[in-house]
Amino acid sequence: MTKIRAFLTALFTFALSLSAPAAIDALDFSSVQQEKDYQSLTQELRCPQCQNNNIADSNATIAVDMRAKVFELLQEGKSKQDIVDYMVARYGNFVTYNPPLTVATVILWVAPVALILFGIFFILRRKPQSGAKQPAASANHAEAQSPALNAEQQRRLQALLKDKEQ
Amino acid sequence: MNKKLYLPLIVFLLLIIAFFVQLQRNSQGDDPKALESALIGKPIPAKHLTDLFDAKQHDDNLFKQGKPLLVNVWATWCPTCYAEHQYLNELKQQGIDIIGINYKDNSAKALKWLKDLGNPYQTVIKDEKGAFGLDLGVYGAPETFIVDGNGIIHYRHAGDVNPRVWQEKLEPVYRKLAEQQK
Repeated sequence: MTKIRAFLTALFTFALSLSAPAAIDALDFSSVQQEKDYQSLTQELRCPQCQNNNIADSNATIAVDMRAKVFELLQEGKSKQDIVDYMVARYGNFVTYNPPLTVATVILWVAPVALILFGIFFILRRKPQSGAKQPAASANHAEAQSPALNAEQQRRLQALLKDKEQ
Repeated sequence: MNKKLYLPLIVFLLLIIAFFVQLQRNSQGDDPKALESALIGKPIPAKHLTDLFDAKQHDDNLFKQGKPLLVNVWATWCPTCYAEHQYLNELKQQGIDIIGINYKDNSAKALKWLKDLGNPYQTVIKDEKGAFGLDLGVYGAPETFIVDGNGIIHYRHAGDVNPRVWQEKLEPVYRKLAEQQK
């Protein structure tokens, strides 16, 4: 019985270890800062092979190679910006999740501001209309209604009332 | 009924049309994963060039032959490379010069592959660690670059080279460069 239990425990632990995030590399960082830089760079660089994965989360061969290269360049004492530039020179702006402002990417900055401005404009344009209508309708009820019931309608109302009386 | 209420329906229909058109284009071969190379218009980054056959060292003159070249990144572990290999042999028959980059591969396997399937390459560069591939911005094999007579990259195709790709995409670029060199 204990044997079986030990076996099951071992199996369970094994299964757990399999489900752990796969992309963990055993790297020997020379400082805490370097490790931090490595983590943030691998989060910020995008895997060119995969659709919308950073290289930290991907196990595609190219992502593994790029992580190794990031580590190698950090060991050489390159700055974070140097490494991003290095990758962009090879893979284009696609490779960074923090793209520079260019003609193609300007919409990323302009669109949110434009939407907010449009929203403000929309609200400001709407307010006076409904604001002017409502008090008029509630306060001067009779006056607001009376022009609508003139002439033609008044005649029809009279006709209907007459009909009812008969 | 208020006409404004039709707006969501109109937006929805426009979206359907947009998605449908794009899906049609994808099925015609417009791959959304395809990336334009960042190296277009730049010289091929030549370093670490070791010949697969005799371990001879090459420098960047290998890519400056005064005529356009295809640079094909391949590996024995890549099934698509197998699929395109016979067509590359055909291109060689037509007199197209191809330089092979054996990307992240085992050299013994690569030599056996070339012996068994034929060698369409003028020269094969060994890139066991993928360092040259990284400099070229390779993100998966096979990839085919078109380089002009001065070693400048003009086009990158990711995926296999087949008659359709060659006729529609690669050949026009290749012919134009060949004309310019004359």
